[in-house]
Amino acid sequence: MIAPLAALALVATACSGSDGEDPVPADKAGAAADEPQAIVSLSPTTTEMLYAVGAGDQVVAVDERSDFPSDAPVTDLSGYTPNLEAILGYGPDLVVLTDDNADIVAGLERSGVEVLQLPAAQTLDETYTQLEQVGAATGNIGEAAELVSEIQTDIDGIVASVPERETPLTYFHELDDTYYTVTDATYVGEVYSMLGLTSIATGDDTYPQLSEELILEADPDLVFLADGQCCGVTPETVAQRPGWDGLTAVREDRVHVVDEDLASRWGPRIVDFMREVAAIVAQIPADQPANQPAP
Amino acid sequence: MTRPSPRHALVLGGATLLFGAAMLLGTLIGPAGLTAGGVLLDLLDRLPFIAVDSGLTERQQVILWEIRIPRVVLGAIVGATLAIAGATYQGVFRNPLADPYLLGVSSGAGLGATLAIVVGGAMGSAMVPPAAFAGGMIAVMATYALGRSVGGGRGEVVIILAGVAVAAFASAIQTFFMQRHDDTLRQVYSWMLGRLTTSGWTDVRTVLPYVLISVAVIALFRRMLDVMAVGDVEAATLGIAPARVRLILISVATLGTAAVVSVSGLIGFVGIVIPHAVRMLIGPGHRLLLPTSLLAGATFLILADVVARTAMSPAELPIGVVTAAIGAPFFLVVLRRSRGHM
Repeated sequence: MIAPLAALALVATACSGSDGEDPVPADKAGAAADEPQAIVSLSPTTTEMLYAVGAGDQVVAVDERSDFPSDAPVTDLSGYTPNLEAILGYGPDLVVLTDDNADIVAGLERSGVEVLQLPAAQTLDETYTQLEQVGAATGNIGEAAELVSEIQTDIDGIVASVPERETPLTYFHELDDTYYTVTDATYVGEVYSMLGLTSIATGDDTYPQLSEELILEADPDLVFLADGQCCGVTPETVAQRPGWDGLTAVREDRVHVVDEDLASRWGPRIVDFMREVAAIVAQIPADQPANQPAP
Repeated sequence: MTRPSPRHALVLGGATLLFGAAMLLGTLIGPAGLTAGGVLLDLLDRLPFIAVDSGLTERQQVILWEIRIPRVVLGAIVGATLAIAGATYQGVFRNPLADPYLLGVSSGAGLGATLAIVVGGAMGSAMVPPAAFAGGMIAVMATYALGRSVGGGRGEVVIILAGVAVAAFASAIQTFFMQRHDDTLRQVYSWMLGRLTTSGWTDVRTVLPYVLISVAVIALFRRMLDVMAVGDVEAATLGIAPARVRLILISVATLGTAAVVSVSGLIGFVGIVIPHAVRMLIGPGHRLLLPTSLLAGATFLILADVVARTAMSPAELPIGVVTAAIGAPFFLVVLRRSRGHM
């Protein structure tokens, strides 16, 4: 974890030293002049990352979908159909984004704007790396490193709070009401795995659309609804679906609406999502506690 | 069906047999590993006066009766309706390319569904069927009105062109809303690619009345379609008002299409390929063409759904992808072979 951090620090220093100003010592107060002062963020996750590492003061505009933290300067900028002129209108010296939609990165670079592209993380480690990248690019390396170690400590604690099980609990994570879901090989799947859960979905397609037959046959122990906001799905409507009232998860009241923003962003608030799921999992008694030594 | 000729009986008997076989196959095959023997015994068990132990668990019975069989039935209804509506459109417009897509029905329904999902918020999903239905009806009425007002005497060609314009317009508005609300993209796409995934008996009950009305009226007018194939003037001399018959047939074909599209999403190629293939095999007479298309459409969609359910198990393939993948090449073959008489 230290090596990439140091490398990033070097890169950041090299970049900021290039516009002919006096070399400044690497302490925070001195570096402030060269840090980006007008950051535009084009995705909810990057916005959360910027604020979490303490670069919130430098952010001048975030896209329309960024809804956290609540004091972020939301604009009608779109990360999905980005408009170069509209972004440049905020006079950014750094744009942080997720996807290079409509060749926006090339356009920004042509206009002389620094770009930090952070595609969807596939693992928690990638989240840590991205947080450090955000820290390095915004002059908040120290805060980023602290944040990462805090998150790691929190996650270790959350994982330890979940009882170990002989056989893992199975879950169905519902992305929308047409039964799109995730396998263990996704980011959120990794988070579930750490809590001792395993998805009923398998296969090469990591975001498959499952057959209803298959969901009923797999009979998951838990159903997580990440489609409460989009599609109005509730534990009650799930119970009314044909055949679903016989599912273990439905009979045992283990159908839970989860915050779909927390579950779909790979930023600092993934800890909150884990806490939410861990609290649910901890209530289910481990099946054979005698065989498992206490953690 | 007065005095069915031996050929009639042969064709319809064969089509019915294939349809039955497809129903059975669709019931036997699925991603959940129900044994074929168990399923057959369970089917027997439901017959009156027969009680056998199928060996299926309670959960497997739920999968069979609440998920798989309604899905097969819905597939049959959707396929049958799309095919007979396609045959009707082609007859009415005397244009082999006429189908719900060309007349704007599908695009209008797509716009309606998108608006429901985008604007409807949490209630959006429940609003998709009625909104799609309304969108399809409005689009085809716009197509017809445009075609009439612009077309003058050249009715059917202009109507097809008007349909293209209406479809493009509806698609443009739909794309606009999808771009503005990218968070709902997956839901809209899922609907646009077609699916029989979340059916259950509710959807069957929802569409059945509209489909029955549609099919009954089309069957009633089957002779008119033959007369109109000869030409409007000839039809008029036989005492038929072509404009009125045309309006009625377009309306009921659209009613059926919009109803099934509203629950299944956009499933392409059934409406155009099936009537063509059937016409190639048995000739253009509507008395035989319509019921055969109905059975063939049902058979085709049940089989396409079997592929959709099992090809990528445990994942599901959108059925619209399957029908297009099978339908498009097949359509080219049909076109090639029928070049002579078009």
